[in-house]
Amino acid sequence: MTRPFRSLFSGISRRALPLVGACLLMTAAQANDNPHDPYEGFNRAMYAVHEGLDKVIVKPVAQVYDAAVPLPAKAGVGNFFDNILDVRNALNSLLQGKPGDAASDVSRLLVNSTIGIFGLFDVASELGLERHEEDFGQTMAVWGYRDSAYLFWPLIGPRTVRDTGGWLVDINTDPTWGTTRKSVAVRNSLLAVRLVDVRASLLPADKVVEEAALDKYAYVRDAYLQRRRNQIYDGRPPRLDD
Amino acid sequence: MKKLLALFLAMFVTATVFAEEVPDVLVQRVTEEVLDIVRKDKDIQNGHTQKVMELVDKKVLPNFNFTRMTALALGKEWRKASPQQQQQLTAEFRTLLVRTYSNALTSYKNQKIVYKPFKMAPADTDVLVRTEVQQPGSKPVQLDYSLEKVDGSWKVYDVVVAGISLVTNYRDQFNQEVRNGGIDGLIAAIAAKNKSLESGAKADKK
Repeated sequence: MTRPFRSLFSGISRRALPLVGACLLMTAAQANDNPHDPYEGFNRAMYAVHEGLDKVIVKPVAQVYDAAVPLPAKAGVGNFFDNILDVRNALNSLLQGKPGDAASDVSRLLVNSTIGIFGLFDVASELGLERHEEDFGQTMAVWGYRDSAYLFWPLIGPRTVRDTGGWLVDINTDPTWGTTRKSVAVRNSLLAVRLVDVRASLLPADKVVEEAALDKYAYVRDAYLQRRRNQIYDGRPPRLDD
Repeated sequence: MKKLLALFLAMFVTATVFAEEVPDVLVQRVTEEVLDIVRKDKDIQNGHTQKVMELVDKKVLPNFNFTRMTALALGKEWRKASPQQQQQLTAEFRTLLVRTYSNALTSYKNQKIVYKPFKMAPADTDVLVRTEVQQPGSKPVQLDYSLEKVDGSWKVYDVVVAGISLVTNYRDQFNQEVRNGGIDGLIAAIAAKNKSLESGAKADKK
Protein backbone atom coordinates (compact mmCIF):
# COMPACT_ATOMS: atom_id res chain seq x y z
CA MET A 1 0.00 0.00 0.00
CA THR A 2 2.68 2.49 0.98
CA ARG A 3 5.06 1.93 -1.87
CA PRO A 4 2.78 2.84 -4.75
CA PHE A 5 1.72 5.91 -2.84
CA ARG A 6 5.27 7.01 -2.16
CA SER A 7 6.22 6.60 -5.79
CA LEU A 8 3.02 8.42 -6.72
CA PHE A 9 3.91 11.45 -4.68
CA SER A 10 7.56 11.53 -5.66
CA GLY A 11 6.30 11.37 -9.23
CA ILE A 12 4.12 14.37 -8.61
CA SER A 13 6.82 16.49 -7.07
CA ARG A 14 9.16 15.75 -9.96
CA ARG A 15 6.62 16.69 -12.57
CA ALA A 16 5.01 19.48 -10.60
CA LEU A 17 8.10 21.63 -10.15
CA PRO A 18 7.92 23.52 -13.45
CA LEU A 19 4.20 24.01 -12.94
CA VAL A 20 4.64 25.39 -9.45
CA GLY A 21 7.19 27.79 -10.88
CA ALA A 22 4.73 28.86 -13.53
CA CYS A 23 2.03 29.38 -10.90
CA LEU A 24 4.30 31.67 -8.92
CA LEU A 25 4.98 33.69 -12.04
CA MET A 26 1.29 34.02 -12.63
CA THR A 27 0.53 35.64 -9.32
CA ALA A 28 2.26 38.63 -10.85
CA ALA A 29 -0.31 38.67 -13.64
CA GLN A 30 -2.98 41.31 -13.68
CA ALA A 31 -6.01 41.16 -11.44
CA ASN A 32 -9.26 40.84 -13.32
CA ASP A 33 -12.96 41.29 -12.84
CA ASN A 34 -13.86 37.63 -13.30
CA PRO A 35 -13.62 36.00 -9.88
CA HIS A 36 -13.01 32.58 -11.43
CA ASP A 37 -10.18 33.79 -13.62
CA PRO A 38 -7.67 35.84 -11.60
CA TYR A 39 -4.81 34.87 -13.96
CA GLU A 40 -6.62 35.93 -17.11
CA GLY A 41 -3.61 37.72 -18.57
CA PHE A 42 -1.41 34.64 -18.29
CA ASN A 43 -4.23 32.36 -19.43
CA ARG A 44 -4.96 34.38 -22.54
CA ALA A 45 -1.29 34.26 -23.48
CA MET A 46 -1.22 30.47 -22.99
CA TYR A 47 -4.46 30.19 -24.95
CA ALA A 48 -2.84 32.02 -27.85
CA VAL A 49 0.14 29.63 -27.73
CA HIS A 50 -2.27 26.69 -27.66
CA GLU A 51 -4.25 28.00 -30.61
CA GLY A 52 -1.03 28.49 -32.54
CA LEU A 53 0.18 24.94 -31.88
CA ASP A 54 -3.26 23.58 -32.64
CA LYS A 55 -3.52 25.39 -35.95
CA VAL A 56 -0.08 24.36 -37.17
CA ILE A 57 0.32 20.82 -35.82
CA VAL A 58 -2.40 19.19 -33.77
CA LYS A 59 -5.51 20.07 -35.74
CA PRO A 60 -4.11 19.22 -39.20
CA VAL A 61 -2.91 15.83 -37.92
CA ALA A 62 -6.27 15.20 -36.26
CA GLN A 63 -8.05 16.14 -39.50
CA VAL A 64 -5.95 13.71 -41.53
CA TYR A 65 -6.53 11.01 -38.92
CA ASP A 66 -10.25 11.72 -38.90
CA ALA A 67 -10.52 11.55 -42.69
CA ALA A 68 -8.18 8.61 -43.29
CA VAL A 69 -9.11 6.19 -40.53
CA PRO A 70 -12.42 4.33 -40.92
CA LEU A 71 -14.97 4.74 -38.14
CA PRO A 72 -14.67 1.24 -36.61
CA ALA A 73 -10.90 1.72 -36.21
CA LYS A 74 -11.35 5.17 -34.70
CA ALA A 75 -13.93 3.78 -32.30
CA GLY A 76 -11.47 1.03 -31.37
CA VAL A 77 -8.72 3.53 -30.60
CA GLY A 78 -11.08 5.66 -28.52
CA ASN A 79 -12.35 2.60 -26.65
CA PHE A 80 -8.80 1.38 -26.02
CA PHE A 81 -7.81 4.58 -24.22
CA ASP A 82 -11.17 4.87 -22.48
CA ASN A 83 -10.72 1.36 -21.14
CA ILE A 84 -7.37 2.31 -19.62
CA LEU A 85 -8.99 5.36 -18.03
CA ASP A 86 -11.46 3.08 -16.25
CA VAL A 87 -8.56 2.40 -13.83
CA ARG A 88 -8.66 6.09 -12.93
CA ASN A 89 -12.46 6.10 -12.85
CA ALA A 90 -12.62 3.13 -10.48
CA LEU A 91 -10.00 4.59 -8.15
CA ASN A 92 -11.75 7.94 -7.95
CA SER A 93 -15.24 6.47 -7.60
CA LEU A 94 -13.87 4.70 -4.55
CA LEU A 95 -12.19 7.84 -3.19
CA GLN A 96 -15.47 9.71 -3.60
CA GLY A 97 -17.27 7.13 -1.49
CA LYS A 98 -19.11 5.42 -4.33
CA PRO A 99 -18.10 1.75 -3.94
CA GLY A 100 -20.98 0.64 -6.16
CA ASP A 101 -19.71 2.76 -9.04
CA ALA A 102 -16.15 1.62 -8.36
CA ALA A 103 -17.20 -2.03 -8.52
CA SER A 104 -18.99 -1.34 -11.79
CA ASP A 105 -15.88 0.43 -13.16
CA VAL A 106 -13.73 -2.57 -12.24
CA SER A 107 -16.23 -4.90 -13.91
CA ARG A 108 -16.09 -2.70 -17.01
CA LEU A 109 -12.31 -2.91 -17.00
CA LEU A 110 -12.35 -6.71 -16.66
CA VAL A 111 -15.04 -7.25 -19.28
CA ASN A 112 -13.57 -4.84 -21.82
CA SER A 113 -9.97 -5.99 -21.35
CA THR A 114 -10.96 -9.62 -22.00
CA ILE A 115 -14.15 -10.03 -24.03
CA GLY A 116 -13.57 -6.57 -25.47
CA ILE A 117 -10.08 -7.60 -26.67
CA PHE A 118 -7.72 -5.23 -24.80
CA GLY A 119 -10.45 -2.61 -24.62
CA LEU A 120 -10.93 -2.22 -28.37
CA PHE A 121 -14.64 -2.93 -27.96
CA ASP A 122 -16.78 -1.39 -25.24
CA VAL A 123 -18.74 -4.55 -24.51
CA ALA A 124 -19.45 -3.41 -20.95
CA SER A 125 -21.60 -0.49 -22.11
CA GLU A 126 -23.61 -2.87 -24.28
CA LEU A 127 -24.14 -4.96 -21.17
CA GLY A 128 -25.51 -1.91 -19.39
CA LEU A 129 -22.43 -1.11 -17.28
CA GLU A 130 -22.45 2.66 -17.49
CA ARG A 131 -19.17 4.56 -17.71
CA HIS A 132 -18.40 7.01 -14.90
CA GLU A 133 -16.07 9.84 -15.80
CA GLU A 134 -14.18 10.43 -12.55
CA ASP A 135 -10.78 11.97 -11.91
CA PHE A 136 -8.80 13.27 -8.97
CA GLY A 137 -9.81 16.90 -9.60
CA GLN A 138 -13.44 15.85 -9.12
CA THR A 139 -12.48 13.82 -6.06
CA MET A 140 -10.88 16.87 -4.46
CA ALA A 141 -14.04 18.86 -5.25
CA VAL A 142 -16.16 16.19 -3.57
CA TRP A 143 -13.80 16.38 -0.58
CA GLY A 144 -14.60 20.10 -0.31
CA TYR A 145 -12.16 21.91 -2.61
CA ARG A 146 -14.95 23.43 -4.74
CA ASP A 147 -13.95 26.76 -6.19
CA SER A 148 -10.62 27.05 -7.88
CA ALA A 149 -8.99 29.59 -10.16
CA TYR A 150 -9.06 28.87 -13.88
CA LEU A 151 -5.85 28.02 -15.73
CA PHE A 152 -5.16 27.36 -19.40
CA TRP A 153 -2.24 25.14 -20.43
CA PRO A 154 -1.03 24.74 -24.00
CA LEU A 155 -1.77 21.21 -25.37
CA ILE A 156 -3.25 20.11 -22.03
CA GLY A 157 -6.08 22.62 -22.37
CA PRO A 158 -8.34 24.20 -19.77
CA ARG A 159 -7.95 23.26 -16.11
CA THR A 160 -8.25 24.97 -12.76
CA VAL A 161 -5.54 25.06 -10.10
CA ARG A 162 -7.36 22.16 -8.43
CA ASP A 163 -7.75 20.25 -11.68
CA THR A 164 -4.10 20.81 -12.61
CA GLY A 165 -3.13 19.15 -9.32
CA GLY A 166 -5.70 16.45 -9.96
CA TRP A 167 -4.32 15.89 -13.42
CA LEU A 168 -0.80 15.39 -12.00
CA VAL A 169 -2.19 12.71 -9.69
CA ASP A 170 -4.17 11.15 -12.53
CA ILE A 171 -1.18 10.75 -14.83
CA ASN A 172 0.66 9.01 -12.02
CA THR A 173 -2.09 6.41 -11.78
CA ASP A 174 -2.60 6.24 -15.55
CA PRO A 175 -1.19 3.07 -17.14
CA THR A 176 -0.67 4.96 -20.42
CA TRP A 177 1.71 7.37 -18.69
CA GLY A 178 3.02 4.46 -16.60
CA THR A 179 4.47 2.71 -19.65
CA THR A 180 7.39 5.12 -19.26
CA ARG A 181 8.91 2.68 -16.76
CA LYS A 182 9.37 0.28 -19.67
CA SER A 183 9.87 2.53 -22.65
CA VAL A 184 9.68 6.27 -23.06
CA ALA A 185 9.26 5.86 -26.81
CA VAL A 186 6.22 3.62 -26.38
CA ARG A 187 4.71 5.99 -23.85
CA ASN A 188 5.21 9.02 -26.04
CA SER A 189 3.74 7.26 -29.07
CA LEU A 190 0.70 6.21 -27.05
CA LEU A 191 0.24 9.72 -25.67
CA ALA A 192 0.55 11.21 -29.15
CA VAL A 193 -2.08 8.84 -30.55
CA ARG A 194 -4.35 9.61 -27.64
CA LEU A 195 -3.93 13.35 -28.14
CA VAL A 196 -4.80 13.00 -31.83
CA ASP A 197 -7.78 10.78 -31.03
CA VAL A 198 -9.14 13.23 -28.47
CA ARG A 199 -8.53 16.20 -30.77
CA ALA A 200 -10.26 14.45 -33.67
CA SER A 201 -13.30 13.81 -31.50
CA LEU A 202 -13.45 17.55 -30.76
CA LEU A 203 -13.32 18.65 -34.41
CA PRO A 204 -17.11 19.16 -34.71
CA ALA A 205 -17.05 21.38 -31.61
CA ASP A 206 -14.62 23.79 -33.32
CA LYS A 207 -17.24 25.17 -35.64
CA VAL A 208 -19.74 25.65 -32.82
CA VAL A 209 -17.30 27.65 -30.71
CA GLU A 210 -16.13 29.59 -33.76
CA GLU A 211 -19.69 30.62 -34.60
CA ALA A 212 -21.27 30.94 -31.19
CA ALA A 213 -18.62 32.83 -29.26
CA LEU A 214 -18.22 36.58 -29.06
CA ASP A 215 -14.93 35.88 -27.29
CA LYS A 216 -13.59 32.38 -27.88
CA TYR A 217 -11.32 32.39 -24.85
CA ALA A 218 -14.19 33.29 -22.50
CA TYR A 219 -16.58 30.88 -24.20
CA VAL A 220 -14.16 27.96 -23.76
CA ARG A 221 -13.40 28.96 -20.18
CA ASP A 222 -17.02 29.23 -19.11
CA ALA A 223 -17.94 26.03 -20.92
CA TYR A 224 -15.11 24.22 -19.13
CA LEU A 225 -16.16 25.54 -15.72
CA GLN A 226 -19.80 24.61 -16.33
CA ARG A 227 -18.88 21.16 -17.59
CA ARG A 228 -16.66 20.46 -14.58
CA ARG A 229 -19.41 21.54 -12.23
CA ASN A 230 -21.72 19.11 -13.99
CA GLN A 231 -19.16 16.30 -13.70
CA ILE A 232 -18.52 16.98 -10.01
CA TYR A 233 -22.23 16.55 -9.34
CA ASP A 234 -22.41 13.50 -11.64
CA GLY A 235 -24.69 15.18 -14.16
CA ARG A 236 -27.14 16.64 -11.66
CA PRO A 237 -25.74 19.95 -10.40
CA PRO A 238 -27.90 22.04 -8.06
CA ARG A 239 -29.39 25.09 -9.73
CA LEU A 240 -27.63 28.40 -9.57
CA ASP A 241 -29.64 31.56 -9.06
CA ASP A 242 -30.30 33.47 -12.25
CA MET B 1 -71.42 15.92 -43.41
CA LYS B 2 -69.69 12.95 -41.82
CA LYS B 3 -66.38 14.14 -43.20
CA LEU B 4 -66.92 17.59 -41.83
CA LEU B 5 -67.76 16.19 -38.45
CA ALA B 6 -64.64 14.01 -38.48
CA LEU B 7 -62.52 16.99 -39.42
CA PHE B 8 -64.06 19.06 -36.70
CA LEU B 9 -63.48 16.29 -34.20
CA ALA B 10 -59.91 15.87 -35.31
CA MET B 11 -59.27 19.57 -34.92
CA PHE B 12 -60.86 19.57 -31.52
CA VAL B 13 -58.79 16.59 -30.37
CA THR B 14 -55.52 18.05 -31.67
CA ALA B 15 -56.21 21.36 -30.00
CA THR B 16 -56.83 19.70 -26.68
CA VAL B 17 -53.78 17.50 -26.99
CA PHE B 18 -51.53 20.44 -27.75
CA ALA B 19 -52.90 22.54 -24.96
CA GLU B 20 -52.25 19.82 -22.44
CA GLU B 21 -49.03 18.49 -23.89
CA VAL B 22 -46.67 17.81 -21.02
CA PRO B 23 -43.05 19.03 -21.31
CA ASP B 24 -41.34 15.69 -21.92
CA VAL B 25 -43.85 14.75 -24.61
CA LEU B 26 -43.38 18.16 -26.22
CA VAL B 27 -39.59 17.79 -26.32
CA GLN B 28 -39.84 14.29 -27.73
CA ARG B 29 -42.42 15.22 -30.37
CA VAL B 30 -40.49 18.25 -31.63
CA THR B 31 -37.15 16.40 -31.59
CA GLU B 32 -38.49 13.44 -33.54
CA GLU B 33 -40.34 15.64 -36.03
CA VAL B 34 -37.23 17.68 -36.73
CA LEU B 35 -34.87 14.69 -36.93
CA ASP B 36 -37.31 12.91 -39.22
CA ILE B 37 -37.10 15.80 -41.67
CA VAL B 38 -33.31 16.04 -41.36
CA ARG B 39 -32.91 12.31 -42.02
CA LYS B 40 -34.84 12.57 -45.28
CA ASP B 41 -33.39 15.87 -46.50
CA LYS B 42 -30.14 15.56 -48.46
CA ASP B 43 -29.74 19.35 -48.68
CA ILE B 44 -29.71 19.69 -44.92
CA GLN B 45 -27.24 16.85 -44.53
CA ASN B 46 -24.99 18.63 -47.00
CA GLY B 47 -24.99 21.75 -44.89
CA HIS B 48 -27.64 23.89 -46.59
CA THR B 49 -27.84 26.43 -43.78
CA GLN B 50 -30.74 28.41 -45.18
CA LYS B 51 -32.95 25.34 -45.39
CA VAL B 52 -32.15 24.24 -41.85
CA MET B 53 -32.83 27.69 -40.51
CA GLU B 54 -36.26 27.60 -42.16
CA LEU B 55 -36.93 24.23 -40.54
CA VAL B 56 -35.80 25.47 -37.14
CA ASP B 57 -37.85 28.62 -37.59
CA LYS B 58 -41.01 26.65 -38.34
CA LYS B 59 -40.73 23.70 -35.98
CA VAL B 60 -38.44 24.59 -33.12
CA LEU B 61 -38.68 28.30 -32.45
CA PRO B 62 -42.38 28.44 -31.57
CA ASN B 63 -41.47 26.31 -28.57
CA PHE B 64 -38.71 28.62 -27.33
CA ASN B 65 -39.02 31.65 -25.08
CA PHE B 66 -36.28 33.91 -26.40
CA THR B 67 -37.01 36.84 -24.14
CA ARG B 68 -36.48 34.64 -21.12
CA MET B 69 -33.34 33.18 -22.71
CA THR B 70 -31.84 36.59 -23.34
CA ALA B 71 -32.68 37.76 -19.81
CA LEU B 72 -31.03 34.63 -18.43
CA ALA B 73 -27.95 35.10 -20.60
CA LEU B 74 -27.49 38.69 -19.47
CA GLY B 75 -28.29 38.25 -15.77
CA LYS B 76 -28.73 41.32 -13.58
CA GLU B 77 -28.00 43.81 -16.38
CA TRP B 78 -31.23 42.80 -18.13
CA ARG B 79 -33.35 44.94 -15.82
CA LYS B 80 -31.23 47.99 -16.62
CA ALA B 81 -32.07 47.73 -20.32
CA SER B 82 -35.00 49.70 -21.72
CA PRO B 83 -37.90 47.72 -23.25
CA GLN B 84 -36.67 48.71 -26.69
CA GLN B 85 -33.11 47.58 -25.92
CA GLN B 86 -34.47 44.31 -24.54
CA GLN B 87 -36.36 43.77 -27.76
CA GLN B 88 -33.34 44.46 -29.97
CA LEU B 89 -31.11 42.32 -27.81
CA THR B 90 -33.55 39.42 -27.93
CA ALA B 91 -33.77 39.66 -31.71
CA GLU B 92 -29.99 39.62 -32.19
CA PHE B 93 -29.39 36.86 -29.65
CA ARG B 94 -32.13 34.81 -31.26
CA THR B 95 -30.42 35.04 -34.66
CA LEU B 96 -27.11 33.97 -33.12
CA LEU B 97 -28.60 30.98 -31.29
CA VAL B 98 -30.62 29.85 -34.29
CA ARG B 99 -27.52 29.77 -36.45
CA THR B 100 -25.55 27.77 -33.90
CA TYR B 101 -28.43 25.37 -33.40
CA SER B 102 -29.01 24.99 -37.14
CA ASN B 103 -25.38 24.19 -37.79
CA ALA B 104 -25.49 21.51 -35.11
CA LEU B 105 -28.38 19.96 -37.03
CA THR B 106 -26.49 19.86 -40.34
CA SER B 107 -23.84 17.72 -38.66
CA TYR B 108 -26.53 15.23 -37.66
CA LYS B 109 -25.71 11.75 -38.88
CA ASN B 110 -27.12 8.69 -37.19
CA GLN B 111 -27.35 9.74 -33.58
CA LYS B 112 -30.14 8.36 -31.48
CA ILE B 113 -31.93 10.40 -28.84
CA VAL B 114 -32.79 8.59 -25.63
CA TYR B 115 -35.42 10.22 -23.42
CA LYS B 116 -34.75 9.90 -19.71
CA PRO B 117 -37.58 9.11 -17.27
CA PHE B 118 -39.46 12.28 -16.42
CA LYS B 119 -41.48 13.16 -13.35
CA MET B 120 -43.27 16.35 -12.42
CA ALA B 121 -45.92 17.53 -9.99
CA PRO B 122 -49.10 18.90 -11.59
CA ALA B 123 -48.42 22.32 -10.09
CA ASP B 124 -44.85 22.60 -11.44
CA THR B 125 -44.20 25.50 -13.80
CA ASP B 126 -40.44 25.05 -14.24
CA VAL B 127 -39.02 21.67 -15.20
CA LEU B 128 -35.97 19.94 -16.66
CA VAL B 129 -36.40 17.37 -19.43
CA ARG B 130 -33.37 15.12 -19.73
CA THR B 131 -32.25 13.36 -22.89
CA GLU B 132 -29.09 11.73 -24.12
CA VAL B 133 -27.56 11.71 -27.59
CA GLN B 134 -26.08 8.35 -28.48
CA GLN B 135 -23.80 7.82 -31.41
CA PRO B 136 -22.01 4.66 -32.48
CA GLY B 137 -18.31 4.95 -31.66
CA SER B 138 -18.70 7.97 -29.38
CA LYS B 139 -19.53 8.55 -25.76
CA PRO B 140 -23.15 9.51 -25.06
CA VAL B 141 -23.78 13.24 -24.61
CA GLN B 142 -26.20 14.60 -22.04
CA LEU B 143 -28.73 17.01 -23.59
CA ASP B 144 -31.19 18.69 -21.24
CA TYR B 145 -33.95 21.24 -21.79
CA SER B 146 -35.30 23.65 -19.18
CA LEU B 147 -38.93 24.53 -19.75
CA GLU B 148 -41.22 27.04 -18.16
CA LYS B 149 -45.00 27.21 -18.34
CA VAL B 150 -46.08 30.56 -19.71
CA ASP B 151 -49.77 31.30 -20.25
CA GLY B 152 -50.64 27.62 -20.18
CA SER B 153 -48.03 26.39 -22.66
CA TRP B 154 -44.54 25.09 -22.07
CA LYS B 155 -41.59 26.92 -23.60
CA VAL B 156 -37.92 26.01 -23.60
CA TYR B 157 -35.70 28.66 -22.02
CA ASP B 158 -32.41 26.79 -21.74
CA VAL B 159 -30.58 24.03 -23.61
CA VAL B 160 -27.81 22.29 -21.70
CA VAL B 161 -25.26 20.18 -23.58
CA ALA B 162 -22.95 18.01 -21.45
CA GLY B 163 -23.66 20.27 -18.52
CA ILE B 164 -22.94 23.44 -20.51
CA SER B 165 -25.85 25.84 -20.74
CA LEU B 166 -25.86 27.38 -24.21
CA VAL B 167 -27.51 30.40 -22.62
CA THR B 168 -25.64 31.15 -19.40
CA ASN B 169 -22.36 30.40 -21.13
CA TYR B 170 -22.80 33.91 -22.60
CA ARG B 171 -23.20 35.61 -19.21
CA ASP B 172 -19.60 36.68 -18.82
CA GLN B 173 -19.07 37.68 -22.45
CA PHE B 174 -22.27 39.75 -22.41
CA ASN B 175 -21.38 41.47 -19.16
CA GLN B 176 -17.94 42.23 -20.54
CA GLU B 177 -19.50 43.94 -23.57
CA VAL B 178 -21.89 45.86 -21.33
CA ARG B 179 -18.97 47.07 -19.21
CA ASN B 180 -17.17 48.19 -22.34
CA GLY B 181 -19.99 49.83 -24.27
CA GLY B 182 -23.23 49.58 -22.33
CA ILE B 183 -26.31 47.66 -23.48
CA ASP B 184 -26.10 49.32 -26.90
CA GLY B 185 -22.50 48.16 -27.18
CA LEU B 186 -23.63 44.60 -26.52
CA ILE B 187 -26.40 44.83 -29.11
CA ALA B 188 -23.88 46.13 -31.64
CA ALA B 189 -21.41 43.36 -30.81
CA ILE B 190 -23.95 40.57 -31.35
CA ALA B 191 -25.24 42.25 -34.49
CA ALA B 192 -21.69 42.46 -35.87
CA LYS B 193 -21.14 38.78 -35.05
CA ASN B 194 -24.37 37.84 -36.85
CA LYS B 195 -23.39 39.90 -39.86
CA SER B 196 -19.98 38.28 -40.14
CA LEU B 197 -21.55 34.82 -39.87
CA GLU B 198 -24.04 35.66 -42.57
CA SER B 199 -21.42 36.89 -45.00
CA GLY B 200 -19.29 33.88 -44.12
CA ALA B 201 -22.19 31.57 -44.99
CA LYS B 202 -22.64 33.33 -48.32
CA ALA B 203 -18.93 32.97 -49.10
CA ASP B 204 -19.20 29.25 -48.35
CA LYS B 205 -21.88 28.77 -50.94
CA LYS B 206 -19.86 30.31 -53.75
